[in-house]
Formats: sequence, C-alpha cells, structure tokens
Amino acid sequence: MSHYPLVENLFGDDIAKEPIRAGFGRGLKAAGEINERVVALCADLTDSTQMSKFKEAFPERFVEIGVAEQNLVTVASGMARAGKIPFTSSYAAFSPGRNWEQIRTTIALNDQPVKIVGSHAGVSVGPDGATHQMLEDIAIMRVLPNMVVVAPGDSVEAEKVTKAIAENGKPSYIRLAREKTPVFSVEESPFEIGKAYVLREGSDISLLGTGTMSYQLLVAAKALEAHGIHAEVVHVPTIKPLDEATILHSITKTGRVLTAEEAQVNGGFGSAIAELISEKKPTPLLRVGMLDRFGESGAPEELLDHFGLTGAKIAEKAKAFIDTTPQYHREG
Amino acid sequence: MNKQLTITDLEHMAYRLREDVIRMLEHAGSGHSAGPLGLAEIFATLYFDVMRYDPKNPEWDDRDYFFLSNGHCVPIQYAAMAEAGFFPKEELMTLRRLGSRLQGHPERTKLPGLENTSGPLGSGLSQASGVAYTLQYIDKQPHRFVYAVTGDGELDEGNIWEAAMFAGKNKLSQLIVFVDRNNIQIDGTTDHVMPLEDLHGKWESFGWHVQEIDGHNVESIRDAASMARAITNKPSVVIAHTIPGKGVDFMEYDYHWHGSPPNSEQAKEALHKLRTLDGKIKGEHE
Repeated sequence: MSHYPLVENLFGDDIAKEPIRAGFGRGLKAAGEINERVVALCADLTDSTQMSKFKEAFPERFVEIGVAEQNLVTVASGMARAGKIPFTSSYAAFSPGRNWEQIRTTIALNDQPVKIVGSHAGVSVGPDGATHQMLEDIAIMRVLPNMVVVAPGDSVEAEKVTKAIAENGKPSYIRLAREKTPVFSVEESPFEIGKAYVLREGSDISLLGTGTMSYQLLVAAKALEAHGIHAEVVHVPTIKPLDEATILHSITKTGRVLTAEEAQVNGGFGSAIAELISEKKPTPLLRVGMLDRFGESGAPEELLDHFGLTGAKIAEKAKAFIDTTPQYHREG
Repeated sequence: MNKQLTITDLEHMAYRLREDVIRMLEHAGSGHSAGPLGLAEIFATLYFDVMRYDPKNPEWDDRDYFFLSNGHCVPIQYAAMAEAGFFPKEELMTLRRLGSRLQGHPERTKLPGLENTSGPLGSGLSQASGVAYTLQYIDKQPHRFVYAVTGDGELDEGNIWEAAMFAGKNKLSQLIVFVDRNNIQIDGTTDHVMPLEDLHGKWESFGWHVQEIDGHNVESIRDAASMARAITNKPSVVIAHTIPGKGVDFMEYDYHWHGSPPNSEQAKEALHKLRTLDGKIKGEHE
C-alpha cells in the first residue's frame, strides 16, 4: 500500500488545529488565480464560509446573493451556462438543505459544473443547536446522479479538494466543518477525487472515516493498540464516487469494518459503505455517527463526546465490536 | 436570426406553431395544451424576429439566450425550434416518447438549442439572471440579451421573487422577461388560487421596467422587446395578456385544459379551427 505522509506530532497536544473551511477559503482563491472562469456566490455568509479571501482578490467575480439559497444555486446554474465555474457557499443546513430541488433540476440533471459548498456541517457546529447542525447532507447529495461528494479531513486537504473540484467539470458538493480540526495531513499528502487513503495499516479491523472523523479514527487506532488490536485506518474524503478498490482491499485483509461520520448514518457515509460491501464483499459492519436523531446545543467537544464521536469513544465501540464479531473472509 | 418576416408572416407563423402543438400533443397522448397555444405569438416573434441565434450552431458564442421557466409549455418551444431549423420537424412527433430528445419537460443535455432544464417552477428567471449578470458585469458583452418566459401561476414561487430582487438590485438591463398572464393554473384561476395583483406594481417595486401588452399582437410583442432592449438601467418585464388555449375555441379560457392534451376528435376539430380561422376562411390544407 501507498505510504500516506502524516504530520509528525500526530498525537501531540501541540498538533495544529484549523477550521476545515479555512482551507476552502485558501483553495478557492488559488483556484481563482489558476482559472479566471472560477466565480463565487454567497448567501450573506461570506466571512463565515471563508469566501472573503476570493472576494478580496477578485471582487468582479464575486456575487452577493443575500439570504436566498434557492436563488444562490439557480443563478449559479445560469452562470455555468454562460461558461463560468461557480462556487456557491452557505451553511449546509440551508444549501443544500433548503434548495435541494433546485440543485437536483438545474445543476445535477442539467449537468452543470456548479460547486455547492456546505459549511458548518455536523454536530461540531456546537451551541447553535440542531437547526444549524446539518447531518443529512451526505444522504441527499450522494443520491443525486452526476453529483460528486467530498468531505475533506482537514484544512490542508480542503485546499487541495477545492482546487481539484474547480477543474473536474462536474456538479459537486464539498462538506465543511466549522470548528478547529486537527491537521493530520501535510502538503505532500496526496488528494485525488475518487481516491481513499490508508493512513495506517492494520490487520484486525478497517476503520473507515470521512471528514472530521478520519483524525478521530487515528486516535482510536492508537488507543486500540493498548489492547493488542491492530486497526487499519482508511481516510475516505470522496464519498461519491467511492474508491471501491481501496476499501475492498482493506476489508478483505481485516474482515471487519467500522465507519465513522459526523452525519446521519442512515443514507450517509455508513450507508454508502454498507451498500458497497453487502453487494461486493459481505463483511461485519458497525456504523458510527448520528443514529436517526438530531443534534442539540452544547460545546463542540462536549457534543462529539456525548454522541460517541471522539477517538476514545470510537475505540471503545470498536473493541466491543471486535470482541463479539469474528473476522469474515480473512485471506492469507 | 432575424429573417425579416412581416407582421402577417409572424401571425401565420404563430398559427403554424399552434397546429404543430395540437398534432404533437394528440400524438403524445399527454401534455399541456392551454399554455403553449396561448404563447404562440410570443414564440413566433421571439424566434423569428427578435432573438439572435444560429440553429446550425446552437452554441454560437455570440447568441442571445432564451430560458423557458415554465417548462411544461415546452411544446410551443419545440415547434418554434423545429421551424427555425434546430432539428427536423418530423422529430416533433417523438414528444414524450422513450428515447426522444423532446422530453416532456425540457432537458438541456438532450437537445442542442435548449439553454436550461426546467419543469419544477420558479427557477428559470434565476438562471436567466445568472447569464445576464455574467454578460453585463463579467464578460461585458452589452449587445447580447437574455430572454425568458415565465407563467403567471409560476409567480407563486418564492424563487421567482428572489430572482426579481437580484435582477433589480443589479440592474440587469440585458434581461427581458415575458410573463404569460393567462390567469389560469392547475387548480383554477389565479385570482382564486393565489391572487397576483397588483402585478404591475409588484415588478415595478422590485426595480423593473414594466410593460403590459396584448400577448397575441405580434407587433406589440416586437415593439415591447425593442423598448426593453433600449432600457439600460433596469431589467425588463413584459406582462403579456394572453388567452389560454388561444385559437381553439373549446380550449379558450378553460383552466381544465392547462394539463390535458386533445384526443383525436378534439385534435381534428382544433386543427380545423386553426386552419380556417374558426370557419372564417377555407382552410388551405383541407
């Protein structure tokens, strides 16, 4: 397997943390420098979604839409028809939460390369509460034909994701988190749309994560070492299209699977993996995430712990799962 | 693609498009009758007098754009496009059939010459605004125009007014919208389902230049488009008063024909009426 470069102080208290959306802000500005067809539209959240860097650099290519998410994506669809590559941003609860039909008809079915950027996804949004903690976005976006869905794992990767999505020529969704998230990848770490990456090799279980959860899985794998469990950690930033080969290779080796996401597992990343493996490689599966319920107000760390989404809590679940579940289809 | 048709030519063209619509809908066995018939003069005038395009090169990079927001009226657009030479007229009879490029509601990716995919109401004006914004502020091509047609029942949608506000704020003067004011929607008349008046005042208050015309008078349509192009500090809306089902007396003014096609007897009668100006002349085809 490929060696994925990670930061040196991966488990140190001093690991750098940065909101994933900050990487998007840098990536969008860079994408705008590379390609003058890139334009940006925002629904009254320009600083919050980090579009402000692009706006400062390219004021003539930035369009303020106001609090009108349906108009946000449909104006973008029109700009794409006129040859532009529009990035639209708002909080994920509003876009794609409120304007899904417009995205379906005027972007996905219409096959226009509009980029929907949903910031503030997941429970780690924190005190704003359930209304603003978007959990259903993975489900409603990955079900759309033509749509690419990516949840970067940290801000460094988000920058690469944004630049790649700008040039992919497809309707695409980027899922971003609000809170500071540990930066586990480095400049040299690879990112390609449609690729999953083995962050750490192991033989007893495959821990598959997307977005903010991939770092937590690294923490969980380290905790599992103490129990003599060798967990493999696979980072899956692209939820659609899935890197089936990498995922199936990993689970064939380990014979057990745990998925983790800061989203509804019903229809979400866990469901995507369940669909894949139940058809191609039936393997015992435990899905970690939001289990058919909404979030609530609280501090971000508090909420992640409450909903069992920290490395430590995931390690406990993985341990119990391994203790009760034999490995299937183990080869060699 | 200005073919320099006379007013009389355009009037005849509108009736030819109506005949195509009746034949297409009868053959398809489903679809919307009233709206497309009522829009015949507007489409005839836009496609054969007003808009600049090249049917042999639909992606011509200097063309005007056309957005149909109320996608269910697409039979009249298909009829105009076929007449203009975008595709062979025989293909009109494939409407709504499996494998056809002429989907029940328009799909851009299927048929060259369509600028958008529509059907779910209320989104076409925003897409047209996106193009108009690009032409005016980014690509700076002031000689190109963006035309759009919306229904009136469609104005119930919030997305329309989001677009109206956006176009008004940005003074999108290359955007010209025709509202098909035929006073019907599926559940009844617009004043019964959801009153729209004062429609003129609503658009005006959103910062638009407003004209009201007889939507069956091709000269008025042409003049309104001309006036709209001359307005350089506002987007333009033309409230076109039309008769739903126009040209076929048993369909006129009856909202039940919003979403129904004629059967073969009704189609025969409708074609007779269209070809004879309702019995006033001898039909050349009969």
